[in-house]
Amino acid sequence: MSQPTTSNNNLLVDVDNVEKVFHRGSEEIHVLSNLNLKVPKGEFLALMGPSGSGKSTLLNLIGGLDRPTKGTVSIAGDKIDQLSNKALAAWRARHVGFVFQLYNLMPTLTAERNVELPLLLTHLSKAERKKHVETALGIVGLGHRMKHYPRTMSGGEQQRVGIARAIVTDPTLLLCDEPTGDLDRKAGDGVLDLLQALNREHGKTIIMVTHDPHASARASRTVHLDKGQLGNEPVK
Amino acid sequence: MKYFALVWSSLKRKKTRTILTLLSIFIAFLLYGLLCAVKEAFTAGVTMAGANRLIVRHKVSLIMSLPVSYKGRMESIPGVDTVAHFTWFNGIYQNEPKNFFGNFPCELEPFLKIYPEYVLPEDQKKAFLAQRNAALVGRSLLNRFKWKIGDRISLVSPIWPNKSGGAWDFDIVGILDAAKNKKNTDTSGFYFRYDYFDEGRTIGTGMVTWYAVSVKDPDKAESIAKAIDEEFANSPYETKAEPEGAFMQGFAKQIGDIGAILVGILSAVFFTILLVAGNTMSQSVRERIEELGVLKAMGFTNERVLGLVLAESCLLTCVGGLIGLAAAWAFTSQGSPVPQMLPVFYLPVRYLGIGVGIVFALGIVAGIVPALQAMRLEIAVALRKNG
Repeated sequence: MSQPTTSNNNLLVDVDNVEKVFHRGSEEIHVLSNLNLKVPKGEFLALMGPSGSGKSTLLNLIGGLDRPTKGTVSIAGDKIDQLSNKALAAWRARHVGFVFQLYNLMPTLTAERNVELPLLLTHLSKAERKKHVETALGIVGLGHRMKHYPRTMSGGEQQRVGIARAIVTDPTLLLCDEPTGDLDRKAGDGVLDLLQALNREHGKTIIMVTHDPHASARASRTVHLDKGQLGNEPVK
Repeated sequence: MKYFALVWSSLKRKKTRTILTLLSIFIAFLLYGLLCAVKEAFTAGVTMAGANRLIVRHKVSLIMSLPVSYKGRMESIPGVDTVAHFTWFNGIYQNEPKNFFGNFPCELEPFLKIYPEYVLPEDQKKAFLAQRNAALVGRSLLNRFKWKIGDRISLVSPIWPNKSGGAWDFDIVGILDAAKNKKNTDTSGFYFRYDYFDEGRTIGTGMVTWYAVSVKDPDKAESIAKAIDEEFANSPYETKAEPEGAFMQGFAKQIGDIGAILVGILSAVFFTILLVAGNTMSQSVRERIEELGVLKAMGFTNERVLGLVLAESCLLTCVGGLIGLAAAWAFTSQGSPVPQMLPVFYLPVRYLGIGVGIVFALGIVAGIVPALQAMRLEIAVALRKNG
């Protein structure tokens, strides 16, 4: 397993001895087994592996969307697997931004309304929310398409709106599940450029699940997951 | 309010389905409003019945008459305040049965004293007392035929032929309006002088159809009714005295239990609408499992998602239901579409209030199952739907 040398102060994600078991009837499916992963602040980590290797499950555990069967997941010192559902939801709202393969935008909302969604959970005024939305859409280069609906946008543009939605609350961690998986090479490169810029210029810690070596090449570190175990990968 | 755009946008997802559901809800609440107005029309007499009023009629049937001389004897019974008599004239206007309206010979002073819900200007009262063939017309009747003071109205009564052999002629000298805060007062009646009628008719002189009796103490109405009946027991014209409310209720029940019939119809309508709205909401939630998962991933709590789906359901029923209630109110405010059958026709505020309550209840009941499903949705499972 590859683990970068990090001091505790610099450690953001600490997945400790995690096991995840799903039940299908009486059958137990061990998706992750005794998995350890440490991600320092500011890292752009690519998580690769074949289908069914547990990449998305691991991403879900780190993002607080699911809970491990065993072990602990700590983010910035918070043991998120021990939080109540309500506290976990509040934690996600504050600390995590998600980017999905199929963008998962609300088709009946304009780009600005989509990006505004996470801000509805804050105490920001309407004017403040609007300002944040403009900033986020400006960062992804879609300041001019605020009033457009997803159906009028290309796949690459929709994914940019998805990224704007993920960063609008200025989260600690950005989790991307196959962000270029549904895009052609050109649009995918644009999204990867953006993620790289967010990591380098804005200091965002990014964990990206991908099948694509071309995408993983943009990351500062790549780890491979196979049959629920992390494989060795040299640190760049 | 900040969630309104999100809730509203969900309804725009399948516009045709939403519009059809809204139309169904609209029609249901329009029907509710109209049926409530019909119910009110049938029971208005019961609603407006005075607790201090008794109706005295022939013991055998309302179609049998009582002597006018009973008036003085009733007035002498302890506890009786005022006695007024009325006769069913059954006058037909323009020889057209569909022009039906209630028309009654009466004595003005006791009539107005017993029924303070009617107001009549003093000069019109004097005009009525000064002219033998004078008539007073209720406001809604006046509007129905576009009459005005000074018009001469001819009525033919199949029950009471005129000595002249022709129609009875009346001159309108006054308009009976409902007193303030007595909106449900029936102003569809036509009243004229008993002395003119009694002298002009060829049969039944000195007889009346019923008496209205006001009592000094409403708590003693039952015992006074009994005293009246005892006063005329074993006479050729025995009486049946009863509180006005009971009399009106009995009159209305000759048609049937209107309230029960309407409750039955509306229950069936609302149950159907519940299924329609519930189905719309279930489909709507099923179609956006991933989106709900995304909302939860963003940090929306289970309870907040439950609230959003319930808000969406309530918004759906509110838009359709409130517009339906408003349309019913607007329609009934125009007056009765069939004044000869339903002279009192309006939607009371209390039914509007109940309607608003039903709107929200329908929204919650229709949305609760899909809302609970959305609340219990596991994020990882929801997001896997697409992945």
